[in-house]
Amino acid sequence: MADDAGCTILHVDMDAFYASVEVRRRPELRGKPVVVGGAGPRGVVSSASYEARKFGIRSAMPGAQARAKCPHAIFLPVDMREYAQASRSVMAIFRDVTPLVEPLSVDEAFLDVAGAQRLFGSPAEIGAHIRRRMTQELRLTCSIGVAPNKFLAKLGSTRAKPDGMLVIPAAKTLEFLHPLPISALWGVGERTAETLRRLGLSTIGDVAAAPIGMLRGAVGQALAAHLHELSWARDSRRVSTERVEKSIGTETTFDVDVDDVSRLRRTLLALAQEVAVRARSARMSGRTIAVKVRFGDFRTISRSRTLPGPTDVAHEIFQVAWELFEPARGGEKIRLAGVRLENLVTTGTRQPVLGEPEHSWRDAELATDAVTAKFGKGVVGPASLVRRRPPDELSNRRAPS
Amino acid sequence: MKFRVERDALADAVAWTAKSLPSRPSVPVLAGAMLRVSDGRLHVSGFDYEVSNQVDVDVQADADGATLVSGRLLAEITKALPAKKPVEIAAVGSHLELVCGTARFTLPTMPVEDYPTLPELPASAGTVDAATFASAVAQVAMAAGRDETLPMMTGVRIELSGEGLALLATDRYRLAVREITWTPGDPDFSANALVPARTLADTAKTLGPLGGEVTIALSGSGTGEGMIGFVGGTRRTTSRLLDGQSYPPVRSLFAPSYTSEARVPVAALTEVVKRVSLVAEKATPVRLSFSDDGLVVEAGGVEEARASEAMEATYSGDSITVAFNPQYLVEGLGALNAPTAVFSFNDPVKPAVITPAGDDGAVIEGFRYLIMPIRVGR
Repeated sequence: MADDAGCTILHVDMDAFYASVEVRRRPELRGKPVVVGGAGPRGVVSSASYEARKFGIRSAMPGAQARAKCPHAIFLPVDMREYAQASRSVMAIFRDVTPLVEPLSVDEAFLDVAGAQRLFGSPAEIGAHIRRRMTQELRLTCSIGVAPNKFLAKLGSTRAKPDGMLVIPAAKTLEFLHPLPISALWGVGERTAETLRRLGLSTIGDVAAAPIGMLRGAVGQALAAHLHELSWARDSRRVSTERVEKSIGTETTFDVDVDDVSRLRRTLLALAQEVAVRARSARMSGRTIAVKVRFGDFRTISRSRTLPGPTDVAHEIFQVAWELFEPARGGEKIRLAGVRLENLVTTGTRQPVLGEPEHSWRDAELATDAVTAKFGKGVVGPASLVRRRPPDELSNRRAPS
Repeated sequence: MKFRVERDALADAVAWTAKSLPSRPSVPVLAGAMLRVSDGRLHVSGFDYEVSNQVDVDVQADADGATLVSGRLLAEITKALPAKKPVEIAAVGSHLELVCGTARFTLPTMPVEDYPTLPELPASAGTVDAATFASAVAQVAMAAGRDETLPMMTGVRIELSGEGLALLATDRYRLAVREITWTPGDPDFSANALVPARTLADTAKTLGPLGGEVTIALSGSGTGEGMIGFVGGTRRTTSRLLDGQSYPPVRSLFAPSYTSEARVPVAALTEVVKRVSLVAEKATPVRLSFSDDGLVVEAGGVEEARASEAMEATYSGDSITVAFNPQYLVEGLGALNAPTAVFSFNDPVKPAVITPAGDDGAVIEGFRYLIMPIRVGR
């Protein structure tokens, strides 16, 4: 067994989670290319079985493209309820091992197993134990990275996929890390990767050897320090069980690109409404309102504005979102619109604008929350979001004069 | 082009024109300061298509001509030159030679013919006392918004009506209004203009200490195409106006009357608010409780750090607790330019007014600061 001393962080990632859950309940699909999501003209692939991946199908790929790559794949609708159920069982297994579980999404989590070793053995033994329980109890497979820190553990699970485990011994971290491409660094997206490549840096080892001043000049102080630390396999983030919501956001993709102003207004209002309701139910308010606009050609831009005080009012979120959204759109047709509330704090105080009436939109919205809690969703809401009755029906109801 | 000029005069002129130059110019020539010599005077100018600054300096001219050099670099150089020494400047081929005492600089120049024509100064509308104008602008400009996504709020609205000159600025959370008098060219003159607050503040700050009168020049007011100009001494600035056609009717935010009133020493309150708000996290309020016993200023919550301090204040009305963004409060107090602040309230959730008063408590007319309280709890 590899030397796993000090490798107390595990990253566990379920293999093709949604697809695997579907296969589990419909065994006849086993061994076949299965794709979850991607229905409708604008749907994207949520998950693809490894058989489907052989045809080049990937997550987030437009459904039409996936169908073109593998016409005989089995396309299934997303059944979030089923996956959430499966996710709870997965997380329960993690929590049997250690209370220090930090879920990253429904199908992956970091585990700190330092304190679990006396009960369950060495970190690698714990990893093997988790993999065994997954297959025996849940009939699902997962991949596990075992390493001294989160960054390496996550790299490990990626390299172990599918259905595998990789231990990165503390003494061999640099040997493992330095040959990897810079894109494997956490925080390096396409743009940063391009910047680094222009400096002649292509591997993590190159970044580690680069003078910090050169990195700073290229990517700025904060990111340079971050990348330098990571390139030397240093990552001091702890496994945190408290999930702190950093933002509350939602977005929608139109079936057909839209440039109708009143339709876009209603969409933004509905998005703002959803964000505000979620914020209020979490007792959170945010100071920053951000919008996302994706054009027909997938060009995507974001705009944000920070208010002097936090808000959880849909009306305010909408006002700001719309003021940001329309100029950003510049009259073009768009494919996707998103609204996000950031810079969250626990709701307490609120800076209203001058001249705001005493009985504010917030009061109205709180009343709406109360009605919704009692009678269900859609009973009350903004008038412009009420589906219009066809005009003839209206005229039929009008009494003759 | 060749001339000799006094060091301080040159440094001042260049520093001022360079201030308006864009740091990332759309075309390289816009980063330039234009130096033009004719009739024994040096004319320095800078322009970024929004704002132009021009100033004339007396020089000992040996040869007329014009040259264009990096404004920022020239400003840094002239600032660092040895004091009290004359500066000699000459255009030599595609370079500018600058000699001051034992220091010698050679700067590359940019093609003069590529430089855009500066906008003409609009027709003069009237004049205002420079010092009064400068202090009035300083009183309101800080209330303007800084958020470029709300351009209308980043301006100071100038309302000219007969002999009245009013300056208004608001970021939607507080509003500052200053009313002064000026001398219009035409006694019935009436116009409104929305001027970028930063440009106006910089201009007024420069023109104020020069003393005398500032000429206000205006064209096409009320539309985004309009332009305003300010002339004081040998300096002149033009700025494009912001579109202020739909500027909200902010004066109606002042209530016709108020039910309670407090008088507080400005310096003491400013200190107390600054001290107490040390425990107030970003965007959390300070609370002011007024009663017959005086004023208590508090900040912080139940679980976090807390602070409170009592101070003397004269108050008439029912006891009231009002919460403010400490920054808005401190900036408003700072803009009063008076020893006493008069707070007027109707309700803890309605806008409060702060006006300046003398040591005797008598209100000094002409400035009002409206501030929207923060709503606490719920």
